[in-house]
Amino acid sequence: MIISVASGKGGTGKTTVSTNMALALGEKLTFLDCDVEEPNGHLFLKPKIEQVERVSIAVPLVDEAKCTFCKKCSDICRFNAIVVVGSSVLVFKDLCHSCGGCMVVCPENAISETGRELGTIEYGHRDAIRFVQGRLRIGEAMSPPMIKKVREATIPGELTIIDAPPGTSCPVIAAMKGTDFVLMVTEPTPFGLHDLKLAVEAVKLLGIPAGLVINRCDIGDRKVYEYAEKQNIPILLEIPFDRKMAEAYSWGQCIVEVMPEWKDKFKGIYRDIELHLEGLKETV
Amino acid sequence: MRELVIVSGKGGTGKTSLTAAFSSLAENNVLCDADVDAADLHLLMQPDIKQRSEFMGGSIAEIVADACIQCGVCRDLCRFDAIDEMFVVDGIACEGCGVCVDMCPGKAIMFPVQKCGEWFISDTRFGPMVHARLGIAEENSGKLVSLIRKEVRKLAEEKGFDLILTDGPPGIGCPVIASISGATALAIVVEPTVSGLHDMVRVADLARYFRIPGMIIVNKYDLNIEMTRSIEQKAQERNMTLVGRVPFDPLFTQAMVQGQNIFDYAEQGASLDAVKDIWDKIIRSPSMNKLGVVDFKATIK
Repeated sequence: MIISVASGKGGTGKTTVSTNMALALGEKLTFLDCDVEEPNGHLFLKPKIEQVERVSIAVPLVDEAKCTFCKKCSDICRFNAIVVVGSSVLVFKDLCHSCGGCMVVCPENAISETGRELGTIEYGHRDAIRFVQGRLRIGEAMSPPMIKKVREATIPGELTIIDAPPGTSCPVIAAMKGTDFVLMVTEPTPFGLHDLKLAVEAVKLLGIPAGLVINRCDIGDRKVYEYAEKQNIPILLEIPFDRKMAEAYSWGQCIVEVMPEWKDKFKGIYRDIELHLEGLKETV
Repeated sequence: MRELVIVSGKGGTGKTSLTAAFSSLAENNVLCDADVDAADLHLLMQPDIKQRSEFMGGSIAEIVADACIQCGVCRDLCRFDAIDEMFVVDGIACEGCGVCVDMCPGKAIMFPVQKCGEWFISDTRFGPMVHARLGIAEENSGKLVSLIRKEVRKLAEEKGFDLILTDGPPGIGCPVIASISGATALAIVVEPTVSGLHDMVRVADLARYFRIPGMIIVNKYDLNIEMTRSIEQKAQERNMTLVGRVPFDPLFTQAMVQGQNIFDYAEQGASLDAVKDIWDKIIRSPSMNKLGVVDFKATIK
């Protein structure tokens, strides 16, 4: 099973929920940090990194000796990443989406591919937890290809927990698409609710069952609760604001480490997800 | 013209609450919400929308079933697995590269331009505001950010405003790059946590490329004083200016629940004083000089 942890709004507690759930379960599972712009899971799980891999995507490399400057490559490119100026071809690697169109249309076979570095993927372990994180190269604009690469580390049939990036656009979609369950984390404030609604729309579009964790459940107002009820989204856990938790978080400690009584609650999320999915199967 | 962009790296550190508070203190300014993915500034501003425009992003392939002979060329060429066995395009997976459109032997693939969102020019009690809403699951957030930043600048120039306050998105990817390029200065809002520090360093690494001055605000600083000091030390090593600390204060959430900024909601308090002092330091800093000339002595190292 693959569970993605998402939120819409940033800073609501995605990493808190995903890392604590992984630690509470303590079993053989994979933790994928797909918040590749700002990966924080490692600060809490403190894995031993065993392998670092550089990843890149293909961008065109033009052999000007073969090129006749026919401009077919620049005509097909919708991203203005390859331009013919007189008798030279300019490739703007950062704009390239790696569709391969220029290579396909080149009548002289003058285009091959080289790489643009997306960043690094780090592999390691924290006890039984297999840890994988993507780290987008500074200056790289496109995170979805990197997120897709991180997700290739999923082991089919094994439990995988994905820490997704904030937002509701293409990076989050890349992190949630094809997962079995989306665990949404929000806070009961107007910002939390507004962005949760957007996240729910995205999850609906993908047709994935979802549940909710309400973090800092005793701040703000009740509107998130009303919305969850109306939308029939189960609330799987409520975490109150607790200065002890906030301080532990600030040092990179997990809740289940400093307050072991929370272990069963985080374990319970997984059990409830399983029950929820079984229930859905039966109704089908 | 000067533009202050409020960023953070990490989400949820208080960018929007502080932007809204600054709007009470700033003079002769316009507002811009560049977090088009999960825009929240309007929740504190109650903008009165004066002009609504469609944002047309890229195109998406659409196979005309009657014209398709199911030869499979498109499926072979598509690198995004966006075309299924039934020759239907998955609009979410489609990257909009148009390779299938150009290469289809039967010319059976259309390529309609997509409406990817909307953007607005509004009036608020603190002056005009340009904001947007990107469609769910859309791409091109960077393009939309660039568009609204261009529009807000145009508006400010036309109407004689000399300061733009821009609420930025979290992260370091395309919408952030689009939000900070060409900014006069950045205000980076950091929370005193290991994540806050880690993410501040990443956003500073990005801003260094663009040679932008950076000013650091530690929000909720009293949750961890030691971490606050580490952040400030790290910031100074990177040539960023410390403009102040804001205490942890439930007032921010209480104001938000009322759809207000902290100055609308309360008349006095330690956090109000802290924010006033911070704004004073920002607006008087050489980086925010009235001409909007980039202060190269203060750029992030």
